[in-house]
Amino acid sequence: MNLRLYLWQRGTAALMAPLLLVHLAVIFYATRQGLTAADILARTRGSFAWALFYGAFVAAAAIHASIGLRTILAEWGRLRGRALDAASVAFGALLLILGLRAVAAVVLP
Amino acid sequence: MSSSAAPDLSVSLWRGGTDGAYQTYAVPARANQTVLDVVTYVQRHLDPTLSYRFACRVGMCGSCAMTVNGRPRWTCRTHVTKVAKGGKLKIGPLANLPVIKDLAADLRPFFEKWQGAKGVFAPSKTRHDPIEEIRPDTPARQAADAGVECINCAVCYAACDTVRWNDDYLGPAALNRAWTLVNDERDAGNRDRLGTVAAAGGCHSCHSHQTCQEHCPQGLNPTLAIAGLKRATVQAYLKGEIKG
Repeated sequence: MNLRLYLWQRGTAALMAPLLLVHLAVIFYATRQGLTAADILARTRGSFAWALFYGAFVAAAAIHASIGLRTILAEWGRLRGRALDAASVAFGALLLILGLRAVAAVVLP
Repeated sequence: MSSSAAPDLSVSLWRGGTDGAYQTYAVPARANQTVLDVVTYVQRHLDPTLSYRFACRVGMCGSCAMTVNGRPRWTCRTHVTKVAKGGKLKIGPLANLPVIKDLAADLRPFFEKWQGAKGVFAPSKTRHDPIEEIRPDTPARQAADAGVECINCAVCYAACDTVRWNDDYLGPAALNRAWTLVNDERDAGNRDRLGTVAAAGGCHSCHSHQTCQEHCPQGLNPTLAIAGLKRATVQAYLKGEIKG
């Protein structure tokens, strides 16, 4: 891992730490209050704040995980060069697409 | 002194190159016997073709490191009573390095990486300048002193998971050396050095497993040195002194 990847991975980790705490708090709140799916969607649909919150979470997770997977593929899978870059970028893109799709499903009106 | 009542040690030694195998010898157990004494006994009394490396025998030169019962150790300072399990010793060459023959590993990659990490002092003055006063109590000098007693035994290199997984990784000893020079106020090569150790295979490849610290016979902490390099390279990058 070079310095730039290191900074991206540490930076996204720092960003995800508070986001994760809020995410856990939301889960506890929703389950303790017995919110139904309809209740949750009523709160999230059309909400710019929730779109921004989970959009940032998804982007940070996609970057963070793809850099981590890149290291694993290099060290345990012995991938090198363009194959390594392509595999990690593809994984990051997959996470980003799946995550943003899920965010869109709950925030789009 | 010989202990006539003690049974012989069963000593398995790696014989041959990479494709070699362990061969077992019976070695008389003695009081205050080191692992290096055992290896030397085999070579002097049982098989003179056994190859191994040592020099000082007192823990200064870093030549005699081998894998002893699965762990890299300096053999001249390792007592048999401390490591022999049921009177058995299994001794091989250091891991993560090519095998030359028997117990002698090829240390060239280790020292090439030492050079690769810019682990060479870059003078900032000439012989015509007055000798610089170095205060021992500054934080930088204390950080340098904490890592400067490395004896280049390659025990940390053999113990490191990241070295095993990543051929390009410079390794704990080379990076520890780089950190001592980063903290040496007489050195003029830091921009180049920080740029080198920040690249792929440098300090940011370390997973902080701390096996180097766990195994270092000198009690040094290369993981701490590498953490220092991580901070220093990030600061230099943010200041625009090095490229990412």
